[in-house]
Amino acid sequence: MDFATILQVLDSTVRLATPLLLACLAGLFSERSGIIDIGLEGKMLAAAFLSAAIAATTGSVWWGLLAGIVGASLMSGIHGLASITFRGNQLISGVAINFLASGLTVLIAQDWFGQGGRTPSLMGGGRFESITLPLAETLRPVPVLGPIYAELISGHSILVYVAFLMVPATWWVLFRTRFGLRLRAVGEAPEAVDTAGVSVIGLRYAAIAICGLLCGLAGAYLATGLQAGFVREMTAGRGYIALAALIFAKWRPWYALYACLLFGLLQAVALRYQSIDLGGVVIPVQVMDALPYILTVVILAGFVGKAIPPRAGGEPYVKER
Amino acid sequence: MTDPAPAIELKGISKAFGPVQANKDISIRVMPGTIHGIIGENGAGKSTLMSILYGFYRADAGEVWINGNKTEIPDSQAAIKAGIGMVFQHFKLVQNFTVLENVILGAEEGGLLKPSLAKARGVLKHLAEEYELSVDPEQLIENLSVGHQQRVEILKALYRQADILILDEPTGVLTPAEADHLFRILDNLRKEGKTIILITHKLREIMEITDTVSVMRRGEMTATVKTAETSPEQLAELMVGRKVLLRVDKKPAAPGETVLDVDNLRHVDRHGVERLKGVSLQVRAGEILGIAGVAGNGQSELLEVLGGYAEGTGAVRLRGQEIALAGRGSDGQARRARSIAHVPEDRQTEGLIMSYTAWENTVFGYHHDPRYQSGPLMNNALIREEAAGKMERFDVRPPDPDLAARNFSGGNQQKIVLAREIDRDPDLLLVGQPTRGVDIGAIEFIHQEIVRLRDAGKAILLVSVELDEILSLSDRIAVMFDGRVMGERRPDETDQTELGLLMAGVTERPEGDAMSAIDRSLEAKETREAERHG
Repeated sequence: MDFATILQVLDSTVRLATPLLLACLAGLFSERSGIIDIGLEGKMLAAAFLSAAIAATTGSVWWGLLAGIVGASLMSGIHGLASITFRGNQLISGVAINFLASGLTVLIAQDWFGQGGRTPSLMGGGRFESITLPLAETLRPVPVLGPIYAELISGHSILVYVAFLMVPATWWVLFRTRFGLRLRAVGEAPEAVDTAGVSVIGLRYAAIAICGLLCGLAGAYLATGLQAGFVREMTAGRGYIALAALIFAKWRPWYALYACLLFGLLQAVALRYQSIDLGGVVIPVQVMDALPYILTVVILAGFVGKAIPPRAGGEPYVKER
Repeated sequence: MTDPAPAIELKGISKAFGPVQANKDISIRVMPGTIHGIIGENGAGKSTLMSILYGFYRADAGEVWINGNKTEIPDSQAAIKAGIGMVFQHFKLVQNFTVLENVILGAEEGGLLKPSLAKARGVLKHLAEEYELSVDPEQLIENLSVGHQQRVEILKALYRQADILILDEPTGVLTPAEADHLFRILDNLRKEGKTIILITHKLREIMEITDTVSVMRRGEMTATVKTAETSPEQLAELMVGRKVLLRVDKKPAAPGETVLDVDNLRHVDRHGVERLKGVSLQVRAGEILGIAGVAGNGQSELLEVLGGYAEGTGAVRLRGQEIALAGRGSDGQARRARSIAHVPEDRQTEGLIMSYTAWENTVFGYHHDPRYQSGPLMNNALIREEAAGKMERFDVRPPDPDLAARNFSGGNQQKIVLAREIDRDPDLLLVGQPTRGVDIGAIEFIHQEIVRLRDAGKAILLVSVELDEILSLSDRIAVMFDGRVMGERRPDETDQTELGLLMAGVTERPEGDAMSAIDRSLEAKETREAERHG
């Protein structure tokens, strides 16, 4: 395996990790506030569809991005209404959102475009173009560092950079600001927040709103950055993988980055090497494709250390006497 | 000079929850710089009243005046703004936050944390010196003892510049020495002009620290008196509405042969933590052995192993006959067959099935008795009939066997459990926290029943975190700390102070400050636990 191949795999890792990372951070905000969110998948899917549909119709990816964010936020709003205001079961609400998105996207897409539940392929201004960072070509001849800069760091769409910058931003918000302190507190001990005179409901809706925004970015990136248009079920379980990454990362932003990169790497390897020959034993492509999901199952089954979730997660807050 | 305005004045406060009138036309005046006690049985409306004052509920009628100004308190924010701080019975702390983070939560200076933390660090240092309220500001709450966690709650209120402090049952979770320290803190606060409302059901605390006291009964304020001009007996009578015997009336014990012999009993819980580290004790017929200790030092596990809920190692003999501690024949059914009855610590999860009727609950555990069988079916008519008799004898109110267990008050639920266990005439009664959450009137009855059983020549092992209860009921007292018996004492040869030291693991009376000896002992225990987990 030469250096160029490794770079290609890593480059593809970064692209594939981006939607996972955005969804994972979305889940982080939600779950740190005590709202368990298995609806990441559905929100991403809704955002992917809306962004592709609007981008295809208007020809502008920015309108598409906005529509994606609005779509995911609406889904988030439903989850919030059900689990915060009406104190419903958060798991059931999340599952409902996944079903809703899965069915509605295909139905509307078919009705709208008549192409078998997909949107037309996006072209030109309907997609996020890759950005060439300054001096990328000038530095390319520099050994090792040159190609890393030009191939790996430069040449991604804007949303990739946004996703990676969201990691330090999330860390800073969570651990250095008043909002972050309150957000973490409301996921651990909402009664402490309530008795301190801060609104539990307000904080949780704020978290849900951020979650919707980030899911919107994730979905829009899938349909307008990573691929060129929406196809049915295009999220392909990425919402659940992001959830697994979140648990793996123990609800911490930097660990979330590492976990998502790991999942991205597995996906990239599966894409690059359709089958691997290990000294006579050929690992079939299906096994490679399944790797990220197998790892997800392993993590969710709790094989990876002890992850302590936010203490008030999944519990609707009811004032006690 | 005119009198200053009252720090708090409540005028005609009423609050109903559906058909239940929790507060009925309540008025109090509390003068600044005093400690005012509010005493009453469970459900008398004390907590509702304080929740109204702290903005958790809105009163149906009535007015709140703070420092002579009529004040609306629609939410906790408004209460904090009015200078009211509340220390809840169950602490409202974020366990994995530091002390500082907990203190500033909701009272931050700006959008960023750094300046708030720096300011709080300074204020806490000042408060620690002024009021003996020292805690390590950088420590996580989950690493602090209960007493220190309570200090954090008080610091939270003071940091928000509270002039009026409400404490709801503050000593329920403290060792006597910790409670003494809390009272010193309260005394310091009073000297600084703070106003304190102390809600409790413990008469001794009211007498010890308050200036004035109000008594509540069934949602009404029955009296407000100066503490110096009243007596525990009078307060108890005002609380219950009839004369109450505060001292347990019992003859000296006439112990017979050894019934229960526990030798080097050990128990490891499912987290791998050793909860019983070689406990040895004996209980003789016609004797009550009281186990004193702060909750969480192995008393619960002792009851569970003896009662057949948990497995252990070591030796337990009943009248000289070995009892299985693990595997077959070690379950609760086998224990009952050996005439061991058990009144568990938590009646709601272990003693009763809350959604089942009283008559069903009077037979659980004994339902295999051939007497209750009728072919393949149960003889429900007989069980129900006997239940009515048991309920009458144990004064369960209302005496309705068809009512679900959850519809009885705490005291009456406990009487149902006692009726079931005592009615079988056991040789040994294991009883945990017999009067937790039980009204004074019912406490009197339950204590009399336990003493009656003793006088009938039965052996009784009593576990309670209420030191008063241990002292007044027991014929001998064993104090547990960190899974061991620290020592045995006779109630007439010891006092709260000595027991309190034993409960904190201090076996010899220290020369200097008792509190620092206790702190050292508790810190050593925490270090041991941290090492075990690490």
